[in-house]
Amino acid sequence: MHIPDGFINLPTSLGAATVAAGGVGASLRQVGRTLRDRAIPLAGLAAAFVFVLQMLNFPVAAGTSGHVLGGVLAAVLLGPWIAVVVVTVVMVIQALVFADGGVSALGLNVVNMALVTVLVGWLVFRGISLLLPRTGTSIVIATMVASWASVVAASVAFVMEYALGGGGQVSVATVFRAMVGVHAFIGIGEGLIAGLVVSAVLAARPDLVYGAAIVGVKGAQRARVGRATIASFVLAGVTAAVLLLVVVAPHAASSPDGLERVATDQGIAGTAVDSATAGSPFADYGISGIENQPLGTILAGLAGIVITFLIGGLVMRWSSRRPSREEVRS
Amino acid sequence: MTVVHPHVVFVHGVSPVHRLPGREKLVALLVFIVAVVATPAHQVWAFAAYGAVVAIAGSLARLSPGLVSRRLSVGLPFLLFAFALPFVGGGERVQMGSLSLSVAGAWAAWAILAKGVLCLGASVILTATTPVSEILRGLSALRVPGVLVGIAGFMVRYLDIIVSEARRMRVAMLARGHRSRWIWHARPVAGSAGLLFVRAHERGERVLDAMTARGYGGGIPEALGESSAPARWLETEALPVLACLVCIGALVVERGVL
Repeated sequence: MHIPDGFINLPTSLGAATVAAGGVGASLRQVGRTLRDRAIPLAGLAAAFVFVLQMLNFPVAAGTSGHVLGGVLAAVLLGPWIAVVVVTVVMVIQALVFADGGVSALGLNVVNMALVTVLVGWLVFRGISLLLPRTGTSIVIATMVASWASVVAASVAFVMEYALGGGGQVSVATVFRAMVGVHAFIGIGEGLIAGLVVSAVLAARPDLVYGAAIVGVKGAQRARVGRATIASFVLAGVTAAVLLLVVVAPHAASSPDGLERVATDQGIAGTAVDSATAGSPFADYGISGIENQPLGTILAGLAGIVITFLIGGLVMRWSSRRPSREEVRS
Repeated sequence: MTVVHPHVVFVHGVSPVHRLPGREKLVALLVFIVAVVATPAHQVWAFAAYGAVVAIAGSLARLSPGLVSRRLSVGLPFLLFAFALPFVGGGERVQMGSLSLSVAGAWAAWAILAKGVLCLGASVILTATTPVSEILRGLSALRVPGVLVGIAGFMVRYLDIIVSEARRMRVAMLARGHRSRWIWHARPVAGSAGLLFVRAHERGERVLDAMTARGYGGGIPEALGESSAPARWLETEALPVLACLVCIGALVVERGVL
């Protein structure tokens, strides 16, 4: 999800950079209030962990793999303000040292993957942990749901940025359906992995889980994450994703939604017209020949997701080849 | 769970570009990228000029074109999005065979490809010719908050250790018959990631203890805050300034002022 240079125009990138600077600055002040400078080595090691976490490939299906953004995971383990700072540091180093993610798009990436994921995720985490009993299992469930919400929120943020400064006059509704639809499914993986990581840390060092301390979970209480928990989370995630595709997306397509409204108000909407694939079998995300509109939408959405994962899997397999001999030597 | 070693990024070498100070190189990269991103897509000649600028910088840095092009592959996922744009873009359409393509979408795809590849090329040249410590020193000289640079410094310093830790865990899992193929194989991977966090934290505590024992009382360690080498602005900024002139030219032509 790292946006490269040249993908979003310069004014939007600069605006995002201003927002990012403000958000990170506020987080730094909060961190300074709660922690002393002594904690810099600890935060550095946590940043190294988040960096490596984003390099780990988690299996998805048939040997394809994905990686996590880790914003909510970092927030639950370290606290939201340090998480913003740590994820920002990771993104700066990725852009400047590993050429991963654009330099002019750094502000956009920090907004999407450090500010939006952590803040939205943390609010959801706190909200859910208020509703559930104060146990380790609740912490894990809250982490799962919050991670899912954070990925969806980050994709919504991307759609807004595209509406403000993307090229090609693609209708905002199309981008919304593609990005948010796919990420509602990717978020299930993110939630599952973040939850399992938190449950592993709870088992080994419950005192290290900031979220558990804030919520007031009694120490040394093991989280029970059985098949039932995982299955119900996946089921809930798929339901939520399908609902997003079926209920929210057609609404976004039929009437000018908030994003297009913003774009029109800014005078940059271009002409949001119907998608070019209007004649394709997946036109308007309904499969032609199926009269039942919601069913057709679900099938089209699922087909789109399968195709996306197949392409993604092929790209992943091709790009994650072993480093060449020359690179190993140097 | 493949893990690429981070230190393969810097390519040891002796070249005029390797010798330039970090702060000036960071500014040069930023100026070049802003110029490229601000250029209107229709001015194709401008992008050819930027390509020449990147090629000159690359050859001055004595980097092999093969290495640079391999590093460009990190930008692939978004380039895929670019290929979809001519089909889903709006506005005027042209008929090409049986395909109906959006003109605006095609220009947007071209802009994403050209700008993405050029900026990535420039970034790769910076990362391949500048040691991480020099980049951090440059950031510090550019007044990036000390806490951020300090955290980044510790992160980079201990990244190797955490990466090797992750590798050892992976080897241990493979030796015990772990297969990483379907999503239900993710549980042991997540478990080892949790353990990795615990180990990273415990390592951090040991580092902090050792530093405290040697008199560390907080703040940013000195080595990271060192002043940068004497400024060599003219030498470093020549190519980015050229790019800026090209950008201004492209904007003037686009607006039809001449």
